[in-house]
Amino acid sequence: MAIPFLSDEWAAAFKDALNNSAAYKAAAETWEGDFYFIAELANGEQRTLYLDLWHGDCREAYVVADPASKSPEFEVSGKIPAWKKVIEKKVDPIQGLITRQLKLKGNMAKVLKSVKAAQELVNSATTVPTEFPS
Amino acid sequence: MWIFSSPKVVFGDDALEYLENLRGQRAFFVTDANMVAFGFVDQVQQRLAAAGLESAVFAEVEPNPSLQTVRRAAEIMAAYEPDWVIGLGGGSAMDAAKAAWLLYERPDADPTAINPMEEYGLRQKARLIAIPTTSGTGSEATWATVLTDTELQMKLSMGTPELLPDLAIVDSSLVLGLPPRITADTGMDVLTHAIEAYTSTLANDFSDGMALKAAELALTYLPAAYADGADAEARGRMHNAAAIAGIAFGNSMLGLSHAMGHSLGAVFHVPHGRSVGLFLPYVIEFTANGGGTRYADIAHFLRLPAGDDEAAGAAALVAALRDLAQQIDFACSIQALGIARDAFEQALPKLVANAEADNQLFFNARFADSDDLARLFMCAYEGRPVDW
Repeated sequence: MAIPFLSDEWAAAFKDALNNSAAYKAAAETWEGDFYFIAELANGEQRTLYLDLWHGDCREAYVVADPASKSPEFEVSGKIPAWKKVIEKKVDPIQGLITRQLKLKGNMAKVLKSVKAAQELVNSATTVPTEFPS
Repeated sequence: MWIFSSPKVVFGDDALEYLENLRGQRAFFVTDANMVAFGFVDQVQQRLAAAGLESAVFAEVEPNPSLQTVRRAAEIMAAYEPDWVIGLGGGSAMDAAKAAWLLYERPDADPTAINPMEEYGLRQKARLIAIPTTSGTGSEATWATVLTDTELQMKLSMGTPELLPDLAIVDSSLVLGLPPRITADTGMDVLTHAIEAYTSTLANDFSDGMALKAAELALTYLPAAYADGADAEARGRMHNAAAIAGIAFGNSMLGLSHAMGHSLGAVFHVPHGRSVGLFLPYVIEFTANGGGTRYADIAHFLRLPAGDDEAAGAAALVAALRDLAQQIDFACSIQALGIARDAFEQALPKLVANAEADNQLFFNARFADSDDLARLFMCAYEGRPVDW
């Protein structure tokens, strides 16, 4: 059964997917850094997911009501159709970022040295059955 | 959504003359000492002088340019305040020019993290001209730059669309008489660009034609250019092929041969084209073993005896590459490069880690994990076929 994108339930499922992924664990074994995933809805509202990633584990994943409450090291943001294309593997995440359909803020040198971990992060997201808002 | 981009390309054996129409005040060369010694810098300066431009020269770019060199070039460039930056030479000089230009425009930027996600706002101070003097990297037509972090023994393959040169001068008179070894290495780089551009996961309708044409030109003309460095027809076609392949992969990315080639090059200082060209047949076998690819398309276009299926197409392509390697005395294994087994095995974890950190890995049609990479490196070391 599909889970609404960037809901608490989706966050929990994504956390499980990451923690059960041997590929992510191996790729991210040296990664230390937290993220916001921000989805811009058609009605102008935003949904924000906080992810705390630490040495191949996802320590925390939850929806944030007030984005100002935390200052994660990285932010990935985009409109729902862009997220949908990436999570359904219709668009490569790097393609999404190059064409600015998704925007990434943070220390780029750190991300560029961890592209495999980033790729596995997205691969884990694709395993969560997801229902996107229209 | 995807974006196709290309510089204005001026080509032919008199393309340098186009520079006599350039408008501006001052040009700054980023090049190497050989370009000065061969008189190429002087040739270009004469054209610029005819256009009324002054110029200054930074001729300290080394093979596999380091971040330190790029920073030094940018500092001198900033003092000179050019409105044109000219990368003249092989891939090293052009890549160093791109990165130094970016730092000239944006001294606050981090040269280890040049990336397509950031808005740099280039072209406030200068524009970029790339003039290749080898027929290989295609850097004149791409927004990529490859720098070497000498401390980490790692090549940094980076880029932003803003680094695409404004003008590429593809003048085949600059490559007449290139030594055979350089011709072979750079020519195999062209072929690898073409084939990986066509089989990349980001291959698209706009880049496909470029990739196929470049592959055809390289396969046809590389043996003649290698055999006779003064063969103007072969040289001109190879020079065009390099730029065309650059446009192709600049718009579709590359694959595993480049991830592995960058890694081997950084650790054992193997020239880029020799390194990526060596891995190409192994990568074709690995990728084809994983199922659907586009090698049959390439084989048909090249009029190879390919049959109708992917496996036959891949096999025909590998056979053609092996045949070409024989014609141009190109090493087909890492062992044949003279790298001792002990040193290779000791470096294997580093080779795998470097390849895994290379962003071109992710555009290969079949993904290679750590185990695959280690096995592929071993196959390439021993010259064994890839059978999984």
